[in-house]
Amino acid sequence: MRQLEQWITGIIDPYYLRIIILLGINIIMAMGLNITTGVTGQLSMGHAGFMSLGAYTSAIVTLKLGAPFWAALLAGAAVAAFFGFIIGLPALRLEGDYLAIVTIGFAEIVRVFFLNFEPGGKAVGLSGIPQQTSFTLVMITTIVVIFFTQRLLSSRIGKAMYAIRENEIAAEACGINTTHLKVLSFVLGAFLGGLGGALYAHYMYYISPQDFDFMRSIEILNMVVLGGLGSIPGAILGATILTILPEMLRVVAEYRMLFYGALLVILMIFRPNGLLGNIRLYDLLKPKREREVKPCQS
Amino acid sequence: MLWQQLLNGLTLGSTYALIALGYTMVYGIVQLINFAHGEIYMVGAFVGLFLVITWDVNLGIAMVGAMAVCMVLGVLVERIAYRPLRGKSSRLSPLISALGASIFLSTLMALIAGVNTRRYPAVVDLSSYSLGPIQVSSMQVVILLVSAGLMIGLQFLVRRTRIGKAMRACSQDLDAAALMGINVNRVISYTFAIGSALAAAGGVMVGVYYNAVWPYMGTMAGLKAFAAAVLGGIGSIPGAMLGGLTLGIMEIMGVAYISSSFKDAIAFGILILVLILRPQGILGEKKNKKV
Repeated sequence: MRQLEQWITGIIDPYYLRIIILLGINIIMAMGLNITTGVTGQLSMGHAGFMSLGAYTSAIVTLKLGAPFWAALLAGAAVAAFFGFIIGLPALRLEGDYLAIVTIGFAEIVRVFFLNFEPGGKAVGLSGIPQQTSFTLVMITTIVVIFFTQRLLSSRIGKAMYAIRENEIAAEACGINTTHLKVLSFVLGAFLGGLGGALYAHYMYYISPQDFDFMRSIEILNMVVLGGLGSIPGAILGATILTILPEMLRVVAEYRMLFYGALLVILMIFRPNGLLGNIRLYDLLKPKREREVKPCQS
Repeated sequence: MLWQQLLNGLTLGSTYALIALGYTMVYGIVQLINFAHGEIYMVGAFVGLFLVITWDVNLGIAMVGAMAVCMVLGVLVERIAYRPLRGKSSRLSPLISALGASIFLSTLMALIAGVNTRRYPAVVDLSSYSLGPIQVSSMQVVILLVSAGLMIGLQFLVRRTRIGKAMRACSQDLDAAALMGINVNRVISYTFAIGSALAAAGGVMVGVYYNAVWPYMGTMAGLKAFAAAVLGGIGSIPGAMLGGLTLGIMEIMGVAYISSSFKDAIAFGILILVLILRPQGILGEKKNKKV
């Protein structure tokens, strides 16, 4: 694995390598949010909160306890998943935009907590995190995550989650345990968010609360909605576009975010259901006319 | 001390309420979280600032000018970013479009005015009066009076005028309202115009009160105001007023008696607690689920 890493870092330009690694991390997080928001239809606008929990936990485990890298990754993901469980509980009583503001609030509380958290370096953040996230590791993790998400979504659980998004009452009437699955969707989404955050922390050397603000949550949500809700190739495409787009827009220098904002509006006007709305991975392999066409209402 | 904090909270809360009204009115009619609303508030603060700097106008004229510009801007944002999406997509795509518009507006303002915090020249004399144990600054009086005036005006508009009646009809059922011959698009434009004007008035007053205006001030203010609207029960106009005041008072009390570094967390923490206990907000109507 080390030889493979050396070979790859030898042939790819460091700038592109960095973009590809960040892309992998973004895909992992978009996969997570896709389960919560895209598939189960629970609007979560605080994914950066899970990301920051994963990043800080893993960084503290590595720096303060000297634990091995894999343990730090698992710890980060596990803590995020635990908070996903906590935030999933109010989700049982709240719907749509009420849930949105609770998740935004949760991410803000997490951010303010780390701003005042002594072992996390307060507003200065944590630096000197060993760079253990390698290209091969990110690629392998991304592929494993995509594979497992794909298996999950074609399983009984995945189909039940789609059913909750389409019509919760009908799903419940069919005997689906909606309580259980809604919380599960939050736990899985948060787990992947935390994993992405842990990989991010061990790639960037340095993390601070500002890295995980409201705009970060929005960025991840954009990936999922832009690609197409509930679609794995959609989330991958969305993450790819939104990782590469800001880099390409560097040409326009200070007008970058202006174009970014305008493009979001234009893309939504022309593709309101996302670029690959509701296209499943296996649909791409089928002949075109056999594809299932479903309205996307959530 | 307590009364002083209560007054400060009331002042902050009434600015939250002014912004929250825009969220709640738009939400009541088109069920959209208008994330660009915080940016409209920011633009309002800047327009007021430009008017004061360039033409040396008084606060009243600056506020009216900002309200007029933001009315047009609010209607434009709705035309460009939301109307093309209405009725033909899931509810999430207008949300992303709104966030895109919000990023666009704040970046545009940062390019025009620079990212630095700007200060308002002295437009009101910032003297304060002693009223028993509490200190009242003249700007606090202005904020409380103007907010109260605008809210009473809004209540009159919604309850007593033709367009207000059309708005109430649209918020009950958009399709049925259209069938009764109401020009729904026009009503929605009016709603955006009124909401934006209220936010602009809030923006100018907050800019003067805290003596700071910067291009990214809209994000946090917008989130807080949205939280206030949800707290009061989104879609309900008295709910937004009550939610704004509650949130403002709670936040100031939290800063005074708990800790100032947890300021933003306190507001959201209270919001989450209230929503867990009362999911539809304080004054929101509980809607029964229908099959």
